[in-house]
Amino acid sequence: MLNVPDSPPASTDEPRFIDRTFGYATQVFAVVAVELQKLEHDPMELLSRAIQPALWLLLFGEVMAKVRGLSSGNLQYLDFLSAGILAQSVLFVAIFNGISTIWERDLGILHRYLASPAPRSALVIGKSLSGSVRALSQAVIVYALALIIGVDIRLDPLAVLGVVALITLGACLFSTVSLIIACLVKTRERFMGIGQVLTMPVFFASNAIYPLDLMPLWLRTISSLNPLTYEVDGLRALMLVGGQSVYGLTIDFAVLFGIFAVLIGVAAKMYSRMGF
Amino acid sequence: MDNMSSHEIVVQAIDLSKRFGTFTAVDGATFGVNHGEIFGLVGPNGAGKSTLIKMLTTLLPVTSGRASIAGFDVERQAADVRRHIGYVPQLLSADGQLTGYQNLLLSARLYGVPISERKTRITRALEGMGLSEVADRLVQHYSGGMIRRLEIAQSLLHRPAVLFLDEPTVGLDPVARRAVWDHVRLIRTRLKTTIVMTSHYMDEVDQQCDRMALIDRGRIAAIGTPSELKEKAGTGATLDDVFVQLTSGTAELEGNYRDVERARLAAREHG
Repeated sequence: MLNVPDSPPASTDEPRFIDRTFGYATQVFAVVAVELQKLEHDPMELLSRAIQPALWLLLFGEVMAKVRGLSSGNLQYLDFLSAGILAQSVLFVAIFNGISTIWERDLGILHRYLASPAPRSALVIGKSLSGSVRALSQAVIVYALALIIGVDIRLDPLAVLGVVALITLGACLFSTVSLIIACLVKTRERFMGIGQVLTMPVFFASNAIYPLDLMPLWLRTISSLNPLTYEVDGLRALMLVGGQSVYGLTIDFAVLFGIFAVLIGVAAKMYSRMGF
Repeated sequence: MDNMSSHEIVVQAIDLSKRFGTFTAVDGATFGVNHGEIFGLVGPNGAGKSTLIKMLTTLLPVTSGRASIAGFDVERQAADVRRHIGYVPQLLSADGQLTGYQNLLLSARLYGVPISERKTRITRALEGMGLSEVADRLVQHYSGGMIRRLEIAQSLLHRPAVLFLDEPTVGLDPVARRAVWDHVRLIRTRLKTTIVMTSHYMDEVDQQCDRMALIDRGRIAAIGTPSELKEKAGTGATLDDVFVQLTSGTAELEGNYRDVERARLAAREHG
């Protein structure tokens, strides 16, 4: 009847390292490009996202700045807060990024990605970077707001570049968390529920709106395990004139990158099973 | 697979099974598809057609048995298999928020079509599928038939050896169905692509497929050319008769809520 060769043919001629790397980068970019194209078709979405950080800075920030007991080191409270709100908007944009994957699964578009030869890690990194595209556009808005209300912002190219890198990394990290949640819950309703339950504790158990020194010890311990704390810590140093990092920028970047790398591994495994 | 002879078996499944818990969706399927053939997988809702296709396209792990595409094992050489196949799922797989051109560009990048060839191949694909004029329009404004043709074009950009079409004409009106088939036949003649498809429109299977397998409750109930199967069922029998004779008759009860939901969703997206 049917005869199957016992030893299957070897993989098609192994491309050289440089070609493989280029191919991998192209596959990552393919996913990011889709995000860019969609934003180009519907730019209004970005503007509507400006409301939340504006409320935090203009209402919460202006009032809290008048509270005397709130010592925020050598920084004005509003300056201190602006870095926290920047990190917060990155978190909020990124943590809901995974819903697009559930949407794609429901429609069927997911199969277009999964049936392709692109390594699952390339697809997952592409998804994460897509989240950071949105996060960066948020950052532009927060910077504009902060400048308007008179926050003392560092505008030297190196500092701005550092902020871009840190936001990209942070958004990638939280987008990947989001993707993992999406792979676990698989329905939009449950995803929204978990996303909302998750964001507030992550936000409040961090140094985003109050300094670590003010926290009770238990909260400080939790906060030191929270990646958002390192994001905010790095942003304060890079974004603000006179801003200082508690942990040091190297630690901030290293912690975020380390967590991101582990998450990519987990997400790649789970994403490949998302189509079942 | 340029050096493939015309009699070579391109798709092979041997005792292929898939179990979900205690439920056996595909039960020991053994069949081969020859190079250049249009091969139909036919059966009632929930018979296991889509599960079978998902295993062959590496989207679902195999429970037992084995399968190979163009000589590559679907389990051990999944990435190689993916490079050699095109897959058009039953549900919508083109992105409505992108233009037709952008959808094709996405596929070209994911499948590693060289930059130097991308533009030419995309332009040709658009022409071949009669979509040149709507290339820059958002796909959400396409008709169902246009979306299907775009999806087929997306699956062919990397010149796969085998094209899998899962219910390619579900939810389409007769005119759109005919247009889709005209293009599929053209692909077979021009590119010599082997095509494996599922359908539950018997007339389509009868007209389009060189050979077919009738699947019932996860098992292959019959396999052969449409005329062979009709002969077996008796003089003057249609494929519908074959279908009724060979399937368990409880077929109608088999489609569950999720199948219905999926079929309707697909019909809505493509209709």
